[in-house]
Amino acid sequence: MIWDLHCHISNVEGTTPDEKIAAMMTYADRMGVERMVFYMGTNFSTDPDPEEFRRQNDEVLQALSHWHHRAFGFAYLNPKYPEACLQEIDRCIVNGPMVGIKLWVALRCNDPRLDEIIHRCAELKAVIFQHTWLKSNGNLEGESTPMDMAVLAARHPDTPLICGHTGGDWEQGIRAIRVHKNVSVDLAGSEPTAGFVEMAVRELGAERVIYGSDVGGRSFSTQLAKVYGAKISNVEKKLILGKNLRRMMEPILRIKGVKP
Amino acid sequence: MIIDVNAYVSRWPFRRLPFDDTPALVERLHQSDFTEAWVGSFDGLFHEDIARVNAELVSECERHGAGLLKPMGSVNPTLPDWQDDIRRCHEEYGMAGIRLHPNYHGYMLDDPRFAELLSLAESFSLIVQLAFYMEDPRTQHKLVQIPHVQPGPLKQLIEERPRLKLILLNSSIVGPPTLSELIAAGNVYADISHAESIGSLDKLIKIVPYERLLFGSHFPFFILEANLLKFQESELGETINAAIRWENARSLNG
Repeated sequence: MIWDLHCHISNVEGTTPDEKIAAMMTYADRMGVERMVFYMGTNFSTDPDPEEFRRQNDEVLQALSHWHHRAFGFAYLNPKYPEACLQEIDRCIVNGPMVGIKLWVALRCNDPRLDEIIHRCAELKAVIFQHTWLKSNGNLEGESTPMDMAVLAARHPDTPLICGHTGGDWEQGIRAIRVHKNVSVDLAGSEPTAGFVEMAVRELGAERVIYGSDVGGRSFSTQLAKVYGAKISNVEKKLILGKNLRRMMEPILRIKGVKP
Repeated sequence: MIIDVNAYVSRWPFRRLPFDDTPALVERLHQSDFTEAWVGSFDGLFHEDIARVNAELVSECERHGAGLLKPMGSVNPTLPDWQDDIRRCHEEYGMAGIRLHPNYHGYMLDDPRFAELLSLAESFSLIVQLAFYMEDPRTQHKLVQIPHVQPGPLKQLIEERPRLKLILLNSSIVGPPTLSELIAAGNVYADISHAESIGSLDKLIKIVPYERLLFGSHFPFFILEANLLKFQESELGETINAAIRWENARSLNG
């Protein structure tokens, strides 16, 4: 059972969301990926206004419409617009099929404007995914570091959070969030460097490590290899490849009446 | 059967890697049906006593290689008397080729010493492997920022050397000139190690003839499975699979 936390309907054949997700599923079938979580549209926007993030979410909703048996969606939000974010959560999650949120690079996640959004997601049991990177050649202005994630996690110690990309520089990212037991890490979207998963499991425990790919910019091959090739037990691999994400999503799926 | 044209022995300078012990590396390669692995040495990135780096590389391959490891010597043309390093690789060690890291050695490809090196390699019939980068710049050590190799005059240098056998390693991010332009300029090949995005090999064979692609793993810095699985994600057919996995490399080094 492989569940992929981190997928986009971009960098894949097709001109419409429907065509792109269908092409994506062909590759997923070859690699044995059973369920996928999609967010953001066919063209990324780093600092979208509410109209733009609604448009991007509409693309994902369209892509999901024929694939509810295999695909989930997270609503893309820009926390610079907290009120619009809450409305979008209502539209996409409360009244729509989505089951979580994706926060990207518009605003660093230690900003207090995130708090109301986090509280609302906690009420709904919605999954919260925050992109993080620690780039030695410089982050974007609004791009969160794993250290920013640690600040957010400390303010919301009872809310599960996902640290996207494990901070990119995973050796520092793992250390940055290690003490915050409510934070899990996403393996997606970095080169398949050896030792990543071994360190994550050693320092966090396998229960806090979640497989994701970042397709289509990345491949299933390079990202699944991080888990397949790691010197960890098969039990730990199964947790990372699907069981952890499924456990995290079960509360909201149960509320929505969706059978995992 | 697989021939890996892009592997390394010894220690990555910034981290211990799970397979940076040569016997363990060889055992892992055997498990996945590799018949050859062309290995450079991580020591060649920063060490200045290149003669010793290459001597130890040869020794390591002989002691632990079990017929699998084929050494590719390091040459740094910014060092005094670098020509003797390439001579030793050819005459003393009988190597099939050399591996270059211009960005770690601090020269651009418009450096006259690079042109001289290519000519010397061509005269010795040595395969030249040119590594465009080793690590994502975003994750490099903050005090050791290594830029990508810029191809610059490479196309012209290739065109001027019709007998040169050149392999572009880790070359998904090059240009201008583009990867396909470099491939078309002469007897030039590229490895697949850094081909990335969904269905990466499907996309790669649209810009590079499959006869010019080689299996490269960037192992043990990369996880070995990363490039093996690409043949499952892209259904290329047995003819193209075999060409990339071993036939092209066998022909190149034949």
